[in-house]
Amino acid sequence: MNYLLAFLFSGFVCLIAQLIYEKTKLTPGHICSLFVVIGSFLDLFHIYDQLVKIFHAGALIPITSFGHSLMHGAMAATQQYGIFGIAMGMFDLTAAGISAAILFSFLVAIIFKPKS
Amino acid sequence: MNTNEYNRMAEKMKPKGQCLKHCMNAFLYGGAIGIFAQIVLEIFMNIYHCSEKEATPMMIITLVFIACLLTGLGIYDNIAKNAGAGTFIPITGFANSMSSSALDSKSEGLIFGIGSNMFKLGGTVITYGIVSSSLLGVIRYVLTLFG
Amino acid sequence: MSSHFLGNSCLIENVYIASAGLTAGMVEAQGPLGQKFDKTYEDHYCGEDSFEKGERKMLQDALNFCLQKAKKKDKDIDLYIGSDLLNQNVTVSYLMRNIARPAFNVYGACSGFALSNALAALLIEGQCIDNVVTLVSSHNATAERQYRFPVEYGIQKKDTTTFTATGAVATLLTNKPTNIKVESITLGRIIDYKQNDPNDMGRAMAPAAYDTLMTHFHDLNRGFDDYDQVVTGDLSQYGHELLKEMLAQKKIYPKNYDDCGCLLYDIHNQDVFQGGSGCACSALVSMSYFYEKLLNKEMKRVLIVSTGALLSPMMTFQKETIPCVAHAISLEVVE
Repeated sequence: MNYLLAFLFSGFVCLIAQLIYEKTKLTPGHICSLFVVIGSFLDLFHIYDQLVKIFHAGALIPITSFGHSLMHGAMAATQQYGIFGIAMGMFDLTAAGISAAILFSFLVAIIFKPKS
Repeated sequence: MNTNEYNRMAEKMKPKGQCLKHCMNAFLYGGAIGIFAQIVLEIFMNIYHCSEKEATPMMIITLVFIACLLTGLGIYDNIAKNAGAGTFIPITGFANSMSSSALDSKSEGLIFGIGSNMFKLGGTVITYGIVSSSLLGVIRYVLTLFG
Repeated sequence: MSSHFLGNSCLIENVYIASAGLTAGMVEAQGPLGQKFDKTYEDHYCGEDSFEKGERKMLQDALNFCLQKAKKKDKDIDLYIGSDLLNQNVTVSYLMRNIARPAFNVYGACSGFALSNALAALLIEGQCIDNVVTLVSSHNATAERQYRFPVEYGIQKKDTTTFTATGAVATLLTNKPTNIKVESITLGRIIDYKQNDPNDMGRAMAPAAYDTLMTHFHDLNRGFDDYDQVVTGDLSQYGHELLKEMLAQKKIYPKNYDDCGCLLYDIHNQDVFQGGSGCACSALVSMSYFYEKLLNKEMKRVLIVSTGALLSPMMTFQKETIPCVAHAISLEVVE
């Protein structure tokens, strides 16, 4: 059941993005930036947390979850550090993804050669 | 013929897009990555006996690794050609944007090539993620102070 | 004898094509004209360690073939005029640093072939010099890197996209008679029809092609029937249909009009979207297919209208529209 839910939500988010890509002149860069902001916004009232509870990985892999993780980390840290917590906690949950992306991108660039 | 007339004519003659096919593919590929991510998540939860929250970063790292590897092998763009948003919306898209920019600039060396260009395409996502989270974070913090 | 400009055009009396060297990439090699090129390569590196060096290698090889066929050495040529797509025209410049003859670059985006040859023809016709080699190249990977996205980036290209041709052509023009002459030229105006989609070059360039074509016909009092074939450089499928529609609105229905972007590739079986683009597109098709037809006397006179979109990514990001240009050159069999 979890698999079906993951499939449906992830597929749905990608479908919306594809529609935007087809019908407007927005590039993937624009659309991803928009979705990240939407992800942050949906965490404002804990909506995204509910989505993760229901759809599990389906809600965790679209780029929207990146916005949600940034927001979540920021909010968690404000409980301890007040307003400074926003900046201090922002990368708590996203550090893994960004560090991995930088490290593996670097390794890929060193090891491989672009084909066209 | 003035520019308005030209535009009207050009719009009528535009190649018929394959919107339906692209949307179906985006849904299917995106969904497939969702299922794969769920499987990986559950595997890590079993191996490390941890909660979903703790296994999530491990799952993300795995997906990023796979996307970067496929980019290096020259396979990712062939998949993405068909998948469209099915590959650029999941975290794989972010990983691909970073690794493809870095890989592309290899001929310009470590500093001005790989080092500088890595964030050329992925940087916008990080920038707006942080900016929006900061602003919304301040809003929510202020709301919690008052209620 | 030197000729005067008639409007924006010039009849040329004394300029001939002595030889041409053509090199192309693997996608072009698999196209309908693949067997007609002097050399093709298995990948876009052409044995070098970067795409830019690979493009330069292709241009060097094209030059070598051109000179070999004419039995000349590089120092025998009075002047080299080059045109490529890269910033600062590095392909031509870095190649020419090894040749101790005068050289300069002209940038016309994908109109480089007609532009460089038209200029060369004017200089020879004006009795300023005896011979010129024009160098034209474009490369799919270097163009993608510069104008669009990294080559491994997973983006789904739009349906109106064109495919930058990988290839290089070196042409030797001279005032010594041969079988094929440059018969007339028309230099184009830069036209901006307020198109702003960098993924739809055909639509942006069609008005420029139309303007140059109509100017050429008006200046020289000619029409489509004065030529065996009229080709545009790289409007490709969509763009060339738009041009036909613009002509139809003036009640012109040519039977001998086609586009090099549609001729270089097998549009239906190769993954090239709307067809070819790039300086090499009009150059490769003109100097292989049409040059051969002229040499065999299957055609007598051909008009080539190379089209170029003069945008840069920075201008696109600044929300500017796309100015375009088209230059024309006609080749004729010498009786």
